[in-house]
Amino acid sequence: MTDTTTTTPQRRNLWRDVDLRAVAPFIALALLLVLGSFAHDNFLTANNLLNVMTRSAYIAIIAIGATFVITAGGLDLSVGAMTAFIASLAIMFMNSDGIANPLTMVLAATALMLAIGMACGLTNGLVITLGKIEPFIATLGMMGIYRGLTTWLSQGGAITLRNPDVQAIYRPVYFGNLFGIPYPVLAIFVTAAIAAFILYRTSFGRHVIAVGSNEDVARYSGISVARVRTMTYLIQGLCVAGACLIYIPRLSSTTATTGTMWELNAITAVVVGGTALRGGVGRVWGTVAGAFILEIIGNIMLLTTYVSEYLLGAIQGAIVIVAMLVQRSLTRKS
Amino acid sequence: MRKILLGLAAVALAATMGTALAQDKKTIGVSIPAADHGWTAGVVFHAERVAKKLMEEYPNLNVVVKTSPDPASQANAVQDLETQGIDALVILPTDPDPLVSAIKEIKAKGKFVALVDRAPSSNDDSVRDLYVAGNNPALGEVAGKYIAATTPNAEVVIVRGMPIPIDQQRQDGFDKGIAGSGVKILDRQFGNWNRDDAFKVMQDYLTKYPKIDVVWAQDDDMVVGILEAIEQAKRTDIQYVVGGAGSKDMIKKVMDGDKMVPVDVLYPPAMVGTAMELTAAQLFDQVPVHGTYILDATLVTKDNAANYHFPDSPF
Repeated sequence: MTDTTTTTPQRRNLWRDVDLRAVAPFIALALLLVLGSFAHDNFLTANNLLNVMTRSAYIAIIAIGATFVITAGGLDLSVGAMTAFIASLAIMFMNSDGIANPLTMVLAATALMLAIGMACGLTNGLVITLGKIEPFIATLGMMGIYRGLTTWLSQGGAITLRNPDVQAIYRPVYFGNLFGIPYPVLAIFVTAAIAAFILYRTSFGRHVIAVGSNEDVARYSGISVARVRTMTYLIQGLCVAGACLIYIPRLSSTTATTGTMWELNAITAVVVGGTALRGGVGRVWGTVAGAFILEIIGNIMLLTTYVSEYLLGAIQGAIVIVAMLVQRSLTRKS
Repeated sequence: MRKILLGLAAVALAATMGTALAQDKKTIGVSIPAADHGWTAGVVFHAERVAKKLMEEYPNLNVVVKTSPDPASQANAVQDLETQGIDALVILPTDPDPLVSAIKEIKAKGKFVALVDRAPSSNDDSVRDLYVAGNNPALGEVAGKYIAATTPNAEVVIVRGMPIPIDQQRQDGFDKGIAGSGVKILDRQFGNWNRDDAFKVMQDYLTKYPKIDVVWAQDDDMVVGILEAIEQAKRTDIQYVVGGAGSKDMIKKVMDGDKMVPVDVLYPPAMVGTAMELTAAQLFDQVPVHGTYILDATLVTKDNAANYHFPDSPF
């Protein structure tokens, strides 16, 4: 805590451009909202915007975890497959007749998901730190393992929640709301608030940023780099479990293809949100904006009648790049 | 003593092998894609189910089922089957064109080859003796005709699969099916044959169009997401949803008389079984089977749904 005083003047200088960079994704988001209002009259209705925010919840929450991993200079490609794996195990657990009371069953499944999520994240982290394998390759391998296990569990088909009582109790987690705000949207903001606190207000968070900006310097300053790295993957695993909690009640089932490409969506959301892919800079709220941006682009594309359905992919890609350019130009001006 | 016993056993074994050979034991090799989504999972299930049945029916028949995740490993699997010694090959290629030469090699050795569902660009008798496939244009046409007959002036939204030829064939078939009726297509967007994507597309359709009469999704997996989106929006204007393929969950809904899912259109993964049965008939029953078999895209209604319901199948 003593070094805070010595670095204050420096930090004040940094604050100015940090602020603008942090604001940039929100400006891109606002521009998209304007663009969307031209696409369709119903775009700016509360109903549509809440739909879009609700369904961006999985990617947003996974991406909040990815913000830690990427800020510490890592990468996790296994998150999509991990979602499918955890959700499949949880549904199979809820299909077993072990617990009669449906509420207890859902709570037990929640605890199970969080435990498996942490175990998966820890495994990823240990493979990378103890095994000294590049994160890209290690998590690519883990992606194959989680995906393969899911395919095996489902025998290639679907795993569906059978018990109607459990379904009835669990369904509102996705479809219910508190004072008009859907629970998944609340979950995004609660997760982001906790994550922002950890990343910006705790010594662990500062260690994550330090490890990401310069591993050697961090090591010389006495930070256990391997421990910090492993912890970021564990947080990622917890966030994936959190996403599963909200994912399962929507369709009450998983398939062998659940969560394909989610890892790329999550990484895109993180980067569009202003976190540097090389590590050292992490922006939790930017990540949330990034996840909204991705989902809104898809929404606008579908609502507009001018774009051929064959061109959607190309236009989505172009909008992501334009959003990044807008951010760049804003930061340069500062 | 032990030596004598062993010797006796060896003699007995040789004797049984001799009789087995005399009875002309035949082997059918079945090479199919690994279960990577609902439909291929159904293919694996039915291949194994029919293999068991055939071996009960023909005591001299051995059926070996091998699954492969991609064309390269399937080419190896076909070679391995050949090495094991097969009399006939039933193959549903992961991707037909890269596998043509591997298939031709088997055929050149005088084995009977049955090709299922996915045809290479030159699908003639130099590649296979027998071809069994579902009918993609008809899958669209049957759905289109049903919608045109049931709701002649319906406004329809379509959730497509992926931009690949079979999807286009289904769309063209649908257009043919509704031709001349008052059915109006409001929109077509891709749902990637994926439940989550179909959910999103449907949510956006519901935002975009204040009134939708019918949804055509040509795939039962996507119908799961579509029904959930409709239920969430509490919209009552949508009269029904037409899927396709014949998954157990959707067939069950049809059987139970679910108002939202009155019918389904068949594109059955069990077609691999059709090819296996025909191949066994070729080997044992001396009936002519060479040729091309295109299965109907049967309209599954409440009356005939029980015929197509496999509660144990993963799909």
